[in-house]
Amino acid sequence: MAEGGVRQCQHCAVPPQLSLRTVNSSRSAFASFLFAPLFFQLYEAGGPPPDRELFRCKVLMKSFLGVFRSLPSLEKTVGKCLILLKPRASRLVVQLHCKYGVTKTHNLAFQECERLQAIFDTQRCTSSLCAPARVLAEAVVHFPPTLAEVTLGTGPGGKISLRNYVEDEAGEPSKTMVTELWLAKDEFETVAITPGSHITFCLKEFRGLLTFAEASNLPLTIHYDAPGRPVIFTLADAVLEVHLVLATLSDPESSLQPPTANGVSHLPTPSEDFTDDLESYMIAMETSAYEEGSGVPPSPTFPLCTPHPAESDPEEEEEEEEGAVPGTPPHKKFRSLFFGSVLTPGGPSPAPTQEVLAEDSEEES
Amino acid sequence: MRFRAKIVDLACLNHFSRVINTIAKLAKTCTLRLTVSKLYFILSDKVANGGVSMWCELCQGNFFDEFQMEGVAAEHNEIYLELVPENLARALKTAQSAKAVKIKLTNKHCPCLRVAVELPSLSSSSRIVTHDIPVGVIPRRLWNDFREPSVPDFDVSIYLPVLKTMKSVVERMKNLSNSIVIEANLNGEMNLKIETDLVSVTTHFKDLGNPPWSNSAQDRDLESMAEARIDIKKLQQLLAGQQVNPTKALCNIVSKRIVHFILLHEDVSLQYFIPALA
Repeated sequence: MAEGGVRQCQHCAVPPQLSLRTVNSSRSAFASFLFAPLFFQLYEAGGPPPDRELFRCKVLMKSFLGVFRSLPSLEKTVGKCLILLKPRASRLVVQLHCKYGVTKTHNLAFQECERLQAIFDTQRCTSSLCAPARVLAEAVVHFPPTLAEVTLGTGPGGKISLRNYVEDEAGEPSKTMVTELWLAKDEFETVAITPGSHITFCLKEFRGLLTFAEASNLPLTIHYDAPGRPVIFTLADAVLEVHLVLATLSDPESSLQPPTANGVSHLPTPSEDFTDDLESYMIAMETSAYEEGSGVPPSPTFPLCTPHPAESDPEEEEEEEEGAVPGTPPHKKFRSLFFGSVLTPGGPSPAPTQEVLAEDSEEES
Repeated sequence: MRFRAKIVDLACLNHFSRVINTIAKLAKTCTLRLTVSKLYFILSDKVANGGVSMWCELCQGNFFDEFQMEGVAAEHNEIYLELVPENLARALKTAQSAKAVKIKLTNKHCPCLRVAVELPSLSSSSRIVTHDIPVGVIPRRLWNDFREPSVPDFDVSIYLPVLKTMKSVVERMKNLSNSIVIEANLNGEMNLKIETDLVSVTTHFKDLGNPPWSNSAQDRDLESMAEARIDIKKLQQLLAGQQVNPTKALCNIVSKRIVHFILLHEDVSLQYFIPALA
């Protein structure tokens, strides 16, 4: 059992299918892995009726991941893995049956929890792209490991572009290297995108999913809509369905015009570099040009929208941008609550009498 | 001011990126000087970088398939740029299988060195990655700050032992002390020494040979050591960071003042100056 867990906080398990879900502390990323019973050699949905019901619980990511640490050695030694959910004992038991009759049993404490579900609809997304994970993985290696966000967009000639998102400091010409990559349409399996569309999302989570997708050799589909609406990455085969929902940077209309990091209209044509037209090469540049460069257009700002209450309207679920204070860490801008009312905010565990063995992961942040 | 260059040959590309990696390890920012026949990476000895200076020189003809440049004026046919070599190293890192790499000076929003990498892909057209590396154009009045440092009037000049060996020695010594004494004589002997309150360690190298400099001090006693105490981190940085695998490596010691390292590899020369500590 190869489990690609690079996610952040907690898991929920829900018979009649096993589903693992997590959301990060700022609620800007949600991942769900849904395993069909056939994924497993044996799948039993509990015993007598009360246990047969949908059951949800959360376990600490750290302890769950600990069981599957160092996959290479696990693959060598483990014959089978048995996962038992014992609601009465409040234990999630993971047994690894290893070579030479060694059995490792991990008893993980869990808490019952409510349904964790991001609200998204891939059908409503105007753009979608599907590519072998390898193509995308090879594309993201060009970006530095520390890069926070990447912008996916369309380039001239129907090419798909990826570029690192650079926050424009007020007036200062950016000192950051800008990397941009173009992928031809025929590298993708399907391309159905709105021309000129672009979105900016966190690269870290995307890289995590790509690692898993590459290992499982599945094509990855990206669904997205307007900037600020979540982007949904999906992977699926007969027995497994994976969704990663990430918040995207909102993009006020105004920033579409100036040639900032976001402006697709000003993307240089890739062909320019290789057709060698004399004009692009003959860019006269005097030393004084350096000073002129400081007249960079205003930075794209993140609008101060009236924040809607968290669980107001199911239609408002996608995004709630908050005004970003310039200079705050990039993640802050992704403060998006695409969770509907399914989450009681800060609500107590449904079983308050239960001894809390694992701290609520909200405190991790 | 114009500059455009292109590398097609993979071996040249790898060689070039090794040189850039070496530079990136030695300097956070440096000056790139472009002339018609050569490229120079220069770090001038400012107090901010600990008095260390660097001069790296490569012949463009040995790396580039195309190389066109035009300086500010015909009589000053040179370009001086300030850049972060790490950016260039990063751009080249993922270009190891490239079909072609083009480097050119552009001025779209700000002066940039644009590295355009053409990568093979599964489809009919190549994948193209561009990296816009912001650069500062250094005005002509400041060019004098970037003159080639002259070879100091040294006391002893000696060939270095195998750099890997030297590196492992220095790396171990680094755990014990912050400074290292390099001493050498004209009899081909060199010692690396650290001295602390608790421990003194010396590694002796012999039969290293002394390069034949025409102006070297003839009257010097062959056995007498010239020594300089330098920052061990700086030395370790040089030894660990260098990827050019020099065919010749030597150092010139000016007693108690400076140690001048020269690494030579066919078409690349790297000079590195580490000042002696008080």
